[in-house]
Amino acid sequence: MSATILGAGLLVSQVMLALAMALAAWRIARGPRAQERVLGLDTLYITAMLLMITFAIRTGSTLYFEAALVIGLLGFASTVAFAKFLMRGEVIE
Amino acid sequence: MSATPALPLWASIIVAALVVAGAAFALIGAIGLTRLKFFYDRVHAPTLGATLGAGLILLASMLSFSVLQTRPVVHEVLIFIFSLITTPVTYILLVRAALYRDRAEANPAVPPMD
Repeated sequence: MSATILGAGLLVSQVMLALAMALAAWRIARGPRAQERVLGLDTLYITAMLLMITFAIRTGSTLYFEAALVIGLLGFASTVAFAKFLMRGEVIE
Repeated sequence: MSATPALPLWASIIVAALVVAGAAFALIGAIGLTRLKFFYDRVHAPTLGATLGAGLILLASMLSFSVLQTRPVVHEVLIFIFSLITTPVTYILLVRAALYRDRAEANPAVPPMD
């Protein structure tokens, strides 16, 4: 009974997060300008991190936690680099 | 799918509710990202998933692992604090870059530099 409730809740949330990732990917493809694509990429990173944590809850393994942390760190660094590139035209001056 | 861990009934109800609520907030943020009209409106939507959605899902993960291992497991706080600090910084930098580009093109939608 408790495994059924947890499994159903996790399945619903994973479908919702996958849909959110699809919408973010649609925003990356659609644009219309570079800053919207960067915003979509940032949303994609954060949603992927949340999806990784739902997998951690489903399997009961703490290995997914490190993956989620790395996705969060790299997402922050890449979005800051993209913002710098949009502002200046180059990342390292 | 692999077998879900054997949580007690009360914990599984709370964890399922928190996870579904967090995922719903992330989905609402992504819908806002697609539906809103202008860039400066669209920036607001994904922050919903980055703060409240991430907070609820990480709370569910913390509760699940604490009940499974019968000791407080709070390492998810690390991700939460990190995303809480970095989300405003990222979006401020991104909006400044967008504003700079719009002003450089003399876009009539943004006010000019005085």
